[in-house]
Parts: sequence; C-alpha cells; structure tokens
Amino acid sequence: MITLIVNGKEHNWDGDPSLPLLWYLRDEVGLTGTKFGCGHAFCGACTVHLDGVAVRSCSTSMHEAADRHITTIEGLDPAGNHPVQKAWREVNVPQCGYCQSGQIMQASALIRQNPHPTTEEIRETMAGNICRCGCYQRIEAAVRLAATGA
Amino acid sequence: MFQYRVENVSRRGVLQGLGITAGLVLAVPVMSRRGMAATGMATYKTGADKMPHGTVNDPRAFVAIAPDGIVTIIASRSEMGTGVRTSLPMIVADEMNADWGRVQVKQADADEAKYGNQDTDGSRSTRHFLIPMRQVGAAARMMLEAAAAKQWGVPVSEVKADNHEVIHTPTGRKLGYGDLATAAAAEPVPDPSQLQMKDPKDFRYIGKGKVSIVDLHDITVGKAMYGIDTRLPGMKYAVIARPPVVGGKVVSFDPTDAMKVSGVEKVMEVKGWPWPSKFQPLGGVAVIARNTGAAIKGRDALKIVWDDGANAHYDSAVYRRELEEAARKPGLVVRNNGDVDAAMKSADKIVVGEYYLPHFAHAPMEPPVATANVADGKAEIWAPVQSPQGTLDDAAKTLGLKPEDVTVHVTLLGGGFGRKSKCDYALEAAIISQAIGAPVRVQWTREDDIQHDFYHTVSAERIEAGLDKNGKVIAWRHRSVAPTIMSTFKAGANHEAPFELGMGLVDLPFDIQNIRCENPAAEAHTRIGWFRSVSNIPHAFAVQTMVSEIAHATGRDPKDMLLELIGPARLVDVGPSVKDLWDYGEPISSYPIDAGRLRKVVELVAEKGEWGRQVPKGHGLGIAVHRSFVSYVATIVEVAVDSKGKMTIPRVDTAIDCGIYVNPERIQSQIEGAAIMGLSLAKYGEITFKHGRAMQKNFDTFQVGRMSDSPMVTNVHIMPATWAVPPSGVGEPGVPPFAPALCNAIFAATGKRIRHLPIGKQLEV
Ligand code: FES
Ligand code: FES
Repeated sequence: MITLIVNGKEHNWDGDPSLPLLWYLRDEVGLTGTKFGCGHAFCGACTVHLDGVAVRSCSTSMHEAADRHITTIEGLDPAGNHPVQKAWREVNVPQCGYCQSGQIMQASALIRQNPHPTTEEIRETMAGNICRCGCYQRIEAAVRLAATGA
Repeated sequence: MFQYRVENVSRRGVLQGLGITAGLVLAVPVMSRRGMAATGMATYKTGADKMPHGTVNDPRAFVAIAPDGIVTIIASRSEMGTGVRTSLPMIVADEMNADWGRVQVKQADADEAKYGNQDTDGSRSTRHFLIPMRQVGAAARMMLEAAAAKQWGVPVSEVKADNHEVIHTPTGRKLGYGDLATAAAAEPVPDPSQLQMKDPKDFRYIGKGKVSIVDLHDITVGKAMYGIDTRLPGMKYAVIARPPVVGGKVVSFDPTDAMKVSGVEKVMEVKGWPWPSKFQPLGGVAVIARNTGAAIKGRDALKIVWDDGANAHYDSAVYRRELEEAARKPGLVVRNNGDVDAAMKSADKIVVGEYYLPHFAHAPMEPPVATANVADGKAEIWAPVQSPQGTLDDAAKTLGLKPEDVTVHVTLLGGGFGRKSKCDYALEAAIISQAIGAPVRVQWTREDDIQHDFYHTVSAERIEAGLDKNGKVIAWRHRSVAPTIMSTFKAGANHEAPFELGMGLVDLPFDIQNIRCENPAAEAHTRIGWFRSVSNIPHAFAVQTMVSEIAHATGRDPKDMLLELIGPARLVDVGPSVKDLWDYGEPISSYPIDAGRLRKVVELVAEKGEWGRQVPKGHGLGIAVHRSFVSYVATIVEVAVDSKGKMTIPRVDTAIDCGIYVNPERIQSQIEGAAIMGLSLAKYGEITFKHGRAMQKNFDTFQVGRMSDSPMVTNVHIMPATWAVPPSGVGEPGVPPFAPALCNAIFAATGKRIRHLPIGKQLEV
C-alpha cells in the first residue's frame, strides 16, 4: 500500500507501484488538470510539484511518490490566484491552453527557487515545457511579471 | 469520482431557460442565410453557401436569455487555440448590445442543420460567420426592443437597447434583458431584410482586442475540459497497437503477457479498413484497462505478427530522389501564360532553384483522444474534433446507426492544426465501446500520434527564372511534385488537387510575361492530410526563396526585388489556362488576388520591421510575403548564426492584412504562434520512413520549437481595414512566409543557401 498526500489530502494506492503518477492523478483520482503530452519527460505538460520541486509526473512512479507531498495545478492556490496564475491571465498567455497547467507549475517552482530569474534563466528553465501553439513570448513575459510584479 | 463536463460553460450563473425561453428553441425551424440580404450593412458573397449546411442567422439557434439576465451564446465552431469560441459569440453580444460580463458561452454539439457548417478548418470561421453572427445579434436586439415597446405600450421607435437593458428614451424607463426574456421569445424573428445593424463606430467589443478568451480562468486553474478530460461512470481506458505500416494488418496476436499486467481487463482486435479509407481507423489490437497507464503497459507486453502490406517498401530517402527527378522533367501543365520555352531560350541568364520539404507531423500537445458510450442502439461521443458533423456522420456509418441516434459533444481541443479534422480516433472509441458494452476513452500516446499521423505531404519544388540582360525576370517555370491529400480519399490519386494547386502555385501573383506551372505525378505511400496552411508551405518556400536567389544573382535588394516581381497594384488575372482556380472556396469577386494589398504588407513590414537596418556581424535579415486563406502576410526575420553554426533569432516582424477584423489580440497571438510553428518546421520538422515505418517516435526525435529556440521578440503589425474589406483567414496564413524569411536571413548572415528543410545540421561547421 502506497500513501501519498495530494493537494494536502491523504490518498492510498494498492495497485501497481510502477504506475506513473500522471495516470494515478488523472484516471484514479480524477485530477485532470495535469496533462499528458509525451510520457517520457520531453514536454512538461504533466509537471507537478513533488515536495515543492517541479517533476514530470509521467516519469515519476507511484513508488517514488510514496509518502511525499504532491501539488497539482488544482492545488497550487486555493483561489487560483497564485502570482503566476494571475500573471498568466494578465498577459493572456494561452492559445489552446493545453500545455499551460504544466507551464504554470514549472514557472511557479522556478520562482520559488529563484525569485528573480534572468531572461536567460527563464528561457532555459521553461525550455523543458513545449507549447505547440507557440505562446513562448507571452510565457516569458508572464514569468517575468510574476517574479517582479512589473 | 464521477465527473464530466463538456459544455465548458465559462461564466457564472446556471442557465435557467434556453432559447429566449426554454422549449422555444427547437420548436421553430431556423432560417439559413441563403438568399437573404440585410440592410444597413455592407454584405458580400462568401463561399459559406457552398459549405455543407451553409450558415444560419436565426437568433433562436444561438441565443438564450435567462430570467436573471444571463445571456447564453452558442459557440458552434471548435476551439483549438484560435480564440473562435470567444470571437464569434462576442460578435453576437456586441450587435445585440449585451454586456459581455453577463454573457456565458456554451459549446454546441454537432448539429449543422441547426447551426450551419461547423467544420473548423481552412481559416474560415470569421470570414463565413461574421455577418451571420451580426444578424443573430441584431435580430435578438430587435426582439428585445419590440417586447419592451409592447410592455410599455409605446412605439418601438421610442425604445433603444443599450448595455443589457432596453430604455424608453422619452421617459428614461428601463427594462433589463432578463425581465424581457420571456416576452422577447414570443416576438417574431425579424426578417433579415428588416434588420437594423449597428453602426460599426458604436461597437464596444468588435475590433477592440480588450476581451480575454472565455476559457482563460479555467485554463489557468486546470479546469478547462479537453478531450482527454472526459470521465464517465464505469469508463474504461484503452490504447491500441496499430499496424506500423499504412495498409498493414494483424495476422495474429498473443495477449497472454498483456493480460498479466495489473489493471488490464481485456485485449481485443479492432477492425481496420483497407487503405485508402478517408478517416476510418487503421485497426490493430486494443488493450482495455482500469487506467491509461495500465493499458500502455499492457500494450508493451503484446506480441503481434503484422502483415505490412503494399507500403512496406516506402523509404523516404529513395522517394526524395524520385520526386527530385520528376521535378526535372515536364509534367502536367496547370498554368500557362505566354511562351516560357521561347522566353527561356532568349534569356540572358537562368536562375534555377531546387527545393525539398519533408513530411511533418501535426503533434498537437493533446494527442488524439476520444470517449464514447455506445449502448441500446445509441452512441454518445465526447471528442476534441474540428469536424463535429463529419464525426457524427462517420460514426453513424461505422456503427451502423442512424445519424439521429448519434450525439457528438465537442470538447476543447488541445491544439488541432488539421490533425483533428480527421476523426479516426473518435471512431476507434465508438467501435471499442460498442464491442465491450461500456464507455471507453481511447488515448493515443505521443508515439501513436507521430507514427500514425495523416502527414503533411512531402514535396520537391523546382523553379527556373529566365532573366533578360537588364536582370528583369521574363520567364518563370515552377514544377511542384508532391503526393496529394486526395490519395487519402481515393486510390491512385497522384496529382495535386485544385485546392492544393491554388495554395501558392497557380495563383502566383507576379507580374511576369511568361509563366508556366507544372505538376508531375507523385504517388502517396502513407496517409497524407492537411497541416496548418497545407500546400502553401512548400509552394511559398520555393517561390520566396527563389525571389531572394534572383535578388542575389542580380545584385539587388531582396525587398525591392520582391516588389518588382509583384509589380504594380492590380487584380491579378491568372489567365484561362488555370482550370478551376481555387480561391480558398471563395468567390473571386469578393476575394480577388490583389497585388496592391500584397505590396502594402511588404511595405508595412519593411517600415515597421526596419528593413535595411544595420545588424551586427553574423546577423542577417530575410523577407518573404505570401497570400493564403485570402489574407496577405509578410515577415522579416533577423537571424544570428554564431561561429559554430548555432542559430538564434533576435527579432521577427510580421504584417498581416486580413481585411476587417474582430479580435486583434487573438490575431496577434496567432501570428506569434505561427512564427513558432514556422520555426519548428524550418529548423527541425521531419518525418522519415524506412520499410514503410515512420522513424520518429516522440519529441526527442521529432523535435519542435522550444522557448530556447524562440525569437527574442515577435512584433505583429495588423493592417487597418474598413468594413468595405471582407474578413479573411488568420489561423493559418502566418505560417507560410516564416520559413523562407528565416532561410533568406540565414543566407544574408552566412552566405549559405538553405534549399531543403529542415535546416537541421546544415549550418554546423
Ligand atoms: S507528458 Fe510528462 S513530460 Fe511530457
Ligand atoms: S497553448 Fe496550446 S500547446 Fe500551449
């Protein structure tokens, strides 16, 4: 039996310990905000926080998640008003929106670790998150806005 | 656990009555726009009437007002990132003087008889629906005014709708839209010829760019519902192992190990159709499980023997040489002006360019996915589809059901780019659900998506330009060789169809005396489908690279060369040799090929993009222009290539003339995105085949542009327009000029001419 805390709530799993956390969150718990894009840590659509650090949930097994704190987009801020979420709305970042949960989870982890990232640091860190619609210019601007409030 | 939400109602308030009141909506047959004229507004003919089910302008199909004043507006086209789910309802709201803060948007199910054409493709939504949506809004406004006048017992000329209420002008009395909802529903729908349209100067939302997309908040909190997010009680999760070669099939399979995987419940064969079969599934072996992860693991454990079929020999490297050879020999003449052979003979100099563009995969971030529940002779499908009605019709046929027994709910699309116009994934879900008697969601993995796509065609383009002794181009011969999309519909189709030829080949807008376009035959060996901007990609790449090559050969500035080739402002007549000139389905009278507008976007981008500015060493500027989807787009790229051949893009400027526009903020986002898609296909995009199998699997081998590749800044310049200029496409036309502008910039920076895509390692030293 694996126990893990998802958005502050305890969950138990007695199925396959090798199941990727992504599919547990989406299909077993019903937290569909975390998205699937590649399954192999190439795209970042599935990004969640594991004890506060951004990880790719498609490449994190239930075994690795045992006894850890998981935060998904649904749990990032109770009112959905994390500075990164607000900045995303301010800049009108999304096109189709599908990659944006992962982008926001990556950006919020970045700002927590590095409250004042340079343009280079933003571009490098966010390069792990693909946006096929090509919202990069606005993602970069929104991360900067969230970090500086400017 | 149970949760599904498909309608994506994006704003507060639960709808209390649908249709101006509940029940009325379906009771009255709606009117189609055919044969109707509206007063008070410039109208123009579009190709909408030729689309299946045309357009509908009856407010009862699109507008509902609840007693609490919440106005619900139906979005009938699919949202894949263009903003259409916001822009079209916003037109209705503006024209009916509704307050956008009290509007909610509801996504339509597939029902073209009710809503008009829903096929969200071809950059058509605004150009076909701007006027019908204005008519819907105007009719709703006039019904509200009539109801208020009756209630007050005053002439309708004394009342006026404004900002969600109707005012009796002489006395200042007011009634809210909610108060009038029931009475307004009882009013007759005004005849379209009697509609009074708003004066465009009074618009509050149209053209302003101040309204955010309706799903913005939900997207940022993870609540927006895509195809992948549908959940039904008792739903199973399936993935399918498909034949690795198009046209292949299952010989035998062993499910033993798959069934041992924890969570796997069933393994079954899925029927496939012989190739070509339009959008029917490829068939294969499905693994059905309690979650997607278990299904994928089960599929990995399957043992399958395949019969690869006739395409097993497909090798894209060999095929490339065949295409290039074909482009060196005469082919079917598809446009002929003057005498190219004689002019070439008399030419002082001939510049030849041979270009090659490979297959690309669409790779929308949400891979194909669909949910179906087929039970008791009825089917219900939830899917991210660009073609809701086509999905419904195909599902009915595939399942052997009557169309009226099939419902298709349209979710948000996590990207589309043309991939989600083909509904094979929805049909797979329907077939499996019917077989197992339970709701099921079929998930494509990224490997499935990249290996079983309807690929962008592969193409060899060859252009010869004959120059007289003054460097003037007197002859132009362009051969385009590419398997046609029609090959997916019809065995043996081996020439580009009119709609492909019309995308930048035979509609060449250049002022040259002698022009010949040829299309040698090419057979398809995999599924070919339309990809954002379609044949414009190879055609524009060849033409716009050639312009830069001629400029170089004659020592001229590429922008001046471009303007000289476009020639004077005029409406371009391609001549009688072009049979079936395809103008994006539009009447050429409404959407002529306008060399003047083409010139103007070049001039606009040159001015705003500071063409000719000094750039540092190792940097270069490139320019390209292209008309597609009846819009005009010009792009300047500044590239920097370092001593190791690493490329970065300091700046991009794009000018677009898309006629009168509704939502400039979304035009900007589409053009920003088009730069990334153009960059992706130029720098990385390539699907290769060996033994009939796609060699790329995931984003490691099929790379797409990332933030680290992306331009440091992309500036978008929108050409101002009046209501006299009909609206044209936005979603696609930003893509074609990007790759040639980039490669022309690379030439300016390095002297290295890129003639085949992707750029890949070509710059490495
Ligand atoms: S789905 Fe996990 S990184 Fe792409
Ligand atoms: S917004 Fe569509 S993939 Fe990023």
